[in-house]
Amino acid sequence: MIYGVSYLAIALFVLFVLIVLGLSFYFGSKTKSASGYYAAGGTIHWAVNGIAFAGDYLSAASFLGICGMIAFVGYDGFLYSIGYLAGWVVALFLVAEPMKRLGKFTFTDALDSKFNSKAIQLTAAISTLIVSIFYLIPQMVGAGTLVEPLLGLDHWVGVVIVGAVVIFIVATAGMTSTTYVQFIKGGLLIIFSTLLTIYILNNGLNLNPDAKNQEFIQPMTLTADNMQGFTPISSLDAQDVSMVKMEKEGIYRWFTKNGDQFEEAMTVTKTSDGGKLFNGAAKEEGKFYQVGTLDKIIQDGVEVESTGKTGPLEFLSTINSSDMARYVKVLFDDGDNKVTAYVKTVTPGKEMLIPGLKFKIGKGATPLSKINFISLMLALFLGTASLPHILIRYYTVPSQRDARKSTIVAIAAIGFFYVLTMFMGLGAASNGVLNMEDGNMSAPLMAKAFGVGLFAIISAIAFATILGTVSGLIVASSGAIAHDLVDRYLGKQLTDKAKVKAGKIAAACVGVVAIILGIIFKGMNVSFLVGWAFAVAASANLPAILMLLFWKKTTAKGIAASIIVGIISAIGIIMTGPSISKQFFRTEGLHGLDSPAIISFTLALLTLVVVSLLTQKDNATKKAD
Amino acid sequence: MDHGPAVKLGVDHAAKRKTRLGIWMFISYTIVYGIFVAIGVANYEAMSNIVFADLNLAVTYGFGLIVLAIILGLIYNWRCTSIEKEMNKEEKS
Repeated sequence: MIYGVSYLAIALFVLFVLIVLGLSFYFGSKTKSASGYYAAGGTIHWAVNGIAFAGDYLSAASFLGICGMIAFVGYDGFLYSIGYLAGWVVALFLVAEPMKRLGKFTFTDALDSKFNSKAIQLTAAISTLIVSIFYLIPQMVGAGTLVEPLLGLDHWVGVVIVGAVVIFIVATAGMTSTTYVQFIKGGLLIIFSTLLTIYILNNGLNLNPDAKNQEFIQPMTLTADNMQGFTPISSLDAQDVSMVKMEKEGIYRWFTKNGDQFEEAMTVTKTSDGGKLFNGAAKEEGKFYQVGTLDKIIQDGVEVESTGKTGPLEFLSTINSSDMARYVKVLFDDGDNKVTAYVKTVTPGKEMLIPGLKFKIGKGATPLSKINFISLMLALFLGTASLPHILIRYYTVPSQRDARKSTIVAIAAIGFFYVLTMFMGLGAASNGVLNMEDGNMSAPLMAKAFGVGLFAIISAIAFATILGTVSGLIVASSGAIAHDLVDRYLGKQLTDKAKVKAGKIAAACVGVVAIILGIIFKGMNVSFLVGWAFAVAASANLPAILMLLFWKKTTAKGIAASIIVGIISAIGIIMTGPSISKQFFRTEGLHGLDSPAIISFTLALLTLVVVSLLTQKDNATKKAD
Repeated sequence: MDHGPAVKLGVDHAAKRKTRLGIWMFISYTIVYGIFVAIGVANYEAMSNIVFADLNLAVTYGFGLIVLAIILGLIYNWRCTSIEKEMNKEEKS
């Protein structure tokens, strides 16, 4: 095992869950009305709501995904931080106050406020469900990913634990308990991420980053004169890398050949009999090291072994002028065995601190890769203000002014956290803590290097992050089913009490669906899936929200058509694109576009305009009525 | 079927002016964000130029976008509060 079970982390997680359950019981006893269940009675203080926004928003993708991506590909991971935060500008300047003014429990209420249209009620509710489920999948997958190494439990057990706790939270007290869970979690995440960043800066940069709690194992470098008992067995070229297989004491390891030197690679070999070997041995033997360091440190123009304590700007400028030892994935077959090798690649620090290692916009870029980049940045910018679980939080505060102020608190808190992701990610990349098999664990593993206590707290917060975000998503979904579909679209005219009951049943059903999907989608990349959720949300919901607010000719049919086109085009492009095709069908896909927003958002917007212009008589009839 | 606000809201006479202000601030930020994306696509190597305190353009611009969002948010709130005080004064009295 690359890292073992932390009993302190388990204890803290259990403590956090007990606190959350206690809160749920407390608020559950007070939640009797539909307004209390779906919108916390509109009584939450703006400052609490602002931090709860941060709790909702800083999901597994933000904390685990972005830090991991920065650790592996540098600045390209930080682009997500920039895009996610920029999305809040759309929410603050265009959406916050009108949403508060127009809606009651769900964002469908706001869209339908002028029309009372069955088509809007149906399409907006479906859109809420689809976006929420797209967002739920990575959260549940993240839950399983965390549980596996930390608690030593199977992936599905983690998914079931998180699902069960969240169903209990939401079904007990709805939005009130969800808000306070988000508030606590959002606050803790920011406080302890700050602490981790302070540790990283105090520790500075070091070529041999032995931390208090973790011995750093330098991967072997062999020379023709000193082979350390290894005997070359065979060699091959894979993805322009020369790989050499060597044997010592019956264990086979892979090295890369650079001139007269052989550098040890980290390998995971799937053997033909279904077994898995880590650097040629069983996982328990600990041969698969944590890696990722600086290869050369230049501080103030001088090459040094270590920098000592650094300030934040000095930390970044030193990395910019130094060289990083990254490990890049290379895949090849060795007879019947399938080998995934992570080979040392020295990357100048200045390349780590500009875009390009993941998103091909520089060297080797094609027009399509550039369009993919623009489309992703567009989805991140436009997606935030159209996420249903974020929009419903505007109904939990008393006034439009509170909606505005809580958004500004959220921007400040989330913005501060996203600045920290740069330090946590690069800290993990340079302190020899990366598990090449799982980038999502980079921030928790960085914490572990500084002490089991910090690791346990950070891990417990990571669990809490998932609990919080899933709670918000399930509240949004239950509102879409019970309030939008059953009560309004089907016209069941539920009593206040029945509406709460329907919401609780819907929450339990959505929770079970989330558990099942979390198990099915095991192994898919968390940040990647969230990127899709943003693209679908931006395409399906944002044209409708913006045009309703800013274009008087918008009609109910225009809104409904735009939502349908947004959903179908976004999901259609994702499903026929290269990622899904490679993942499930082992084909290249029908096109090369991974991020659909640039097309699907535009199509949805055009649809709204055209259909609205064609159905102007509806608005005229409505006015006459 | 009532599907208005969850809590009773007073009339906001300042809504139009606040909306106009919001649109202008949104456009300003979008331009700055758009330039960032455009530099990345058109000339990503320019991102490595050192521009501030030994930091390159990518880092400075990235952090700048985050800080700018916070500053614009604070300015927006300050202006909206002034507009509300001015326009909703009659309502209060």
